[in-house]
Amino acid sequence: MTTKLFGEPVRRREDPRLLTGQGRYLDDLGEGSLEAAFVRSPHAHARIRDVDVSAALDVDGLVAIYTWEDLPALLAEPLPLLIPHPALTHGRTAYPLARDVVRHVGEPVVMVVARDRYLAEDACALIRVDYELLKPVVGVEQAAQSAHLVHQDVPGNVGAHLVQEVRSAAGLGAREAIEAAPHTLAFRLDIERSASMPLEGRGVYARWDADDRSLRVYSSTQTSTSVRMAIAAKLGLPLPKVEVIAPEVGGGFGVKIVHPWPEEVLVPWAAILLGHEVKWTEDRREHFVSSAHERAQVQFVRVGFDDEGRVLGLDVTILHDHGAYTPYGIIVPIITSTQLPGPYKLGAYRVEFSSIYTNTVQVTPYRGAGRPQAVFCMERTMDRIAEHLGADRTAVRAANFIQPDEFPYDQGLIFQDGRPLIYDSGDYPRSLRMLKELIGWDSFAELRERAAAQGRRIGIGVGCYVEGTGVGPYEGGHVQVTSDGRVHVSTGLTSQGQGHETAFAQIAASELGVPLERVSVVTGDTRRFGYAVGTFASRAAVMSGNAIALACRKVREKALRIAAEALEADPRDLEIVDGEVRVVGSPGVSVPLATVAVLSNPLRYAFDEEAGRATQFAGTPSFDRPPVAEGEEPGLEGRDYYSPIRSTFASGMHAAIVETDPLTAEIRILRYAVVHDCGNLINPMIVEGQIHGGVAQGVGGALYERMVYDEHGQLLNASFMDFLMPYATEVPFVEAAHLQTPSPLNPLGIKGAGEAGVIPVSAVIASAVEDAEGIRIDRMPISPSELFGLRRATEAH
Amino acid sequence: MTDIAITLTVNGVVRRAKVPGRRLLSDCLRHDLGLTGTHVGCEHGVCGCCTVLLDGEPVRSCLMLAVTADGHEVTTVEGLAAPDGTLSPVQRAFAECHGLQCGFCTPGFLCTVTALLRDNPAPSDEEVLEGVSGNLCRCTGYQNIVKSVHRAAEIIAEES
Repeated sequence: MTTKLFGEPVRRREDPRLLTGQGRYLDDLGEGSLEAAFVRSPHAHARIRDVDVSAALDVDGLVAIYTWEDLPALLAEPLPLLIPHPALTHGRTAYPLARDVVRHVGEPVVMVVARDRYLAEDACALIRVDYELLKPVVGVEQAAQSAHLVHQDVPGNVGAHLVQEVRSAAGLGAREAIEAAPHTLAFRLDIERSASMPLEGRGVYARWDADDRSLRVYSSTQTSTSVRMAIAAKLGLPLPKVEVIAPEVGGGFGVKIVHPWPEEVLVPWAAILLGHEVKWTEDRREHFVSSAHERAQVQFVRVGFDDEGRVLGLDVTILHDHGAYTPYGIIVPIITSTQLPGPYKLGAYRVEFSSIYTNTVQVTPYRGAGRPQAVFCMERTMDRIAEHLGADRTAVRAANFIQPDEFPYDQGLIFQDGRPLIYDSGDYPRSLRMLKELIGWDSFAELRERAAAQGRRIGIGVGCYVEGTGVGPYEGGHVQVTSDGRVHVSTGLTSQGQGHETAFAQIAASELGVPLERVSVVTGDTRRFGYAVGTFASRAAVMSGNAIALACRKVREKALRIAAEALEADPRDLEIVDGEVRVVGSPGVSVPLATVAVLSNPLRYAFDEEAGRATQFAGTPSFDRPPVAEGEEPGLEGRDYYSPIRSTFASGMHAAIVETDPLTAEIRILRYAVVHDCGNLINPMIVEGQIHGGVAQGVGGALYERMVYDEHGQLLNASFMDFLMPYATEVPFVEAAHLQTPSPLNPLGIKGAGEAGVIPVSAVIASAVEDAEGIRIDRMPISPSELFGLRRATEAH
Repeated sequence: MTDIAITLTVNGVVRRAKVPGRRLLSDCLRHDLGLTGTHVGCEHGVCGCCTVLLDGEPVRSCLMLAVTADGHEVTTVEGLAAPDGTLSPVQRAFAECHGLQCGFCTPGFLCTVTALLRDNPAPSDEEVLEGVSGNLCRCTGYQNIVKSVHRAAEIIAEES
């Protein structure tokens, strides 16, 4: 690599347009389009007896009203179950518009299209839906007791049940190993619901070209390629006649990977039917009650361990609340189950989950995707063991670590990608040493004493995690050098703020030896690249980054071959520097990449002077072979794919010092330290930004955010006034250090970084609050009033 | 519903629109005047994405009717850069310090911070934190936003 860009904190190329209001998000598009609004169920569980639209018909600007009965055959079926799994014996998905029964507040019942959104909402307000109320099922434990059913044909409200067990080296099952262990503990843990909550909600805008009989859809999605296939399938259109583009997306964090949303098929359908552009932009309340949540689990833990704190057996039973439907399968509880062992060697491990229906918003991945719950469980367990033995919490962790010479390390489980869970690389002991130094773990006792002398109460906490990132099956990259010397890179996955245009340009510029300014990157536009999976699971850099690098290598090889001919040199003696192919050691002998691009495409017509060089009477062609040799293609471009054998495993450890107010029980984070290992860094500035943002969401989940459902299935805090996301005043300064253990699995040696920051935060804060208070913390989030209640309960004993 | 004719000075340009009385200023800016840089994140005045400057003061444009702004001066994110396109110190600082990721909340922060530094060119850490504490960001964790504000103050000082 001659142009050193990989690994540099290059400023983001997205920023100039985003800083000047020139970014184009979904609702910035389609001026003049009709707009849709939805009548959504106000009840958690009800039968629709009648829909009366008559009062709405006189609304000025009304264009159309649709209910389930208006939908054509393919659309009238339930939406796809995206990730089937043998254990998901009772998967259920919603209809685009409710048919007969609604199963959560917010489920769409009627779609209205009008001249603008105000008028569409006027009409919605006048539509009368007559409901017969059914018994709502709220709360995962109540649902598991199955007094009432969310789906009449799903006994016990159990959508899925899965057991995975890894026996000990001696062949013991986890329960046997626990029975035989010198020490055993059993306890219960609870985690509340939260949600991705991007500041831009979902949105869809569809343009039907009646002359061309083609459809262009813009969606605020994390997967434009798959939305495209879903739309083509649901609307019965030939795939080449459908294009889907993810414009600027104002945050995703997981919720926008779900597809097709009802609106993603209904809006294009209406656009075709009406012969007019139609747009729908989700409002905040809709996002709360009609998109997706995550996190809620109840965990029952039994652990057996020896005198050093080494885990001999761990047995975890999880009740997972997946809401009313399972469009995304059981990915979240699978990830919880399989990422739970973290950086540790567990003697034997058994994990069982039941994924349960409730009359609440569906549960699909939110940044971390089941891992925060897994880490909460494992790390609370480590703290319990330390407490039981009177040992240092970090010593117990260290006693259980997988050692650096034990990679690849097979955890014996099947991961979320259906492939073996084998850690590729890492250095957990070193990571912990770095963290302890960064936070001052060993000198904390003095700090605590000094604080205590001032009447202050402080505590320190720690949490470790391993994150499977870069899941397959694949991503691709296309790289084209045009005759002006510019490099056009495209990949199918989408961007929601991760700086892909910058990071991927750094990779391409490094691989091709061209200045960064000449590289442009397009993501999430099926017109440019049709094959992709999407942006989730900390996979974009690993998957598309490597695919783009491989495509660049193809282009580079071809460029050197063509240039070698032009320079009458051996391709092995050539290098590309600053966009010039030159002979190593003789910088004077060179040809610009732009000219190579011209030469790569034999022409009949000269459209400009440069192109003239490639026309049929220019130069001295060889008459022994055709202008485009066998096995060759015209143009200086390349396409390649990266499809990993399995996921690559990033890791990290966090520590925090918190202060709890002796009177008010207010919890304040004084310091927050992160040691993070995502292999080689493409752009450290971007990686740190991802960590900061992840930690902030983790702090939200640990101290503030929860979805408060009442017994009727009403979400009581469906606004930013009541769902408390952290502001700048609530988020601590993050002190971060990087460890770089390259992945041996991919050409760039990188691992994913997107979700990492959020994963251990609840575990870390719980550990620190427990340390400050001497009160067991076993449910998160924790508010001051809850801590106050815990203090009272403890005093009463 | 009868439309009402209003006149606003937006980013130094006199703009006229005919709007229903209930039309939000945010919708008027975005959809009647085509200035889509002002974003709408909650429509209940909490997130701060829609913050614009009304007669120089930060306001939530989703909490104000367009007709209320009749006769007033509005500055949106599109009006922060110099007429020749040079980014303002606040915009430059955000780029330099990676103070944005998805960019959706950014226009609100930029308007808020522009007013903050105009009134207090050398804010303390506490004052910066308080100054941006009315705007939500879901991507950055605020650390680089706070850094950007301090950097913007530096740039302003260097250039004055």
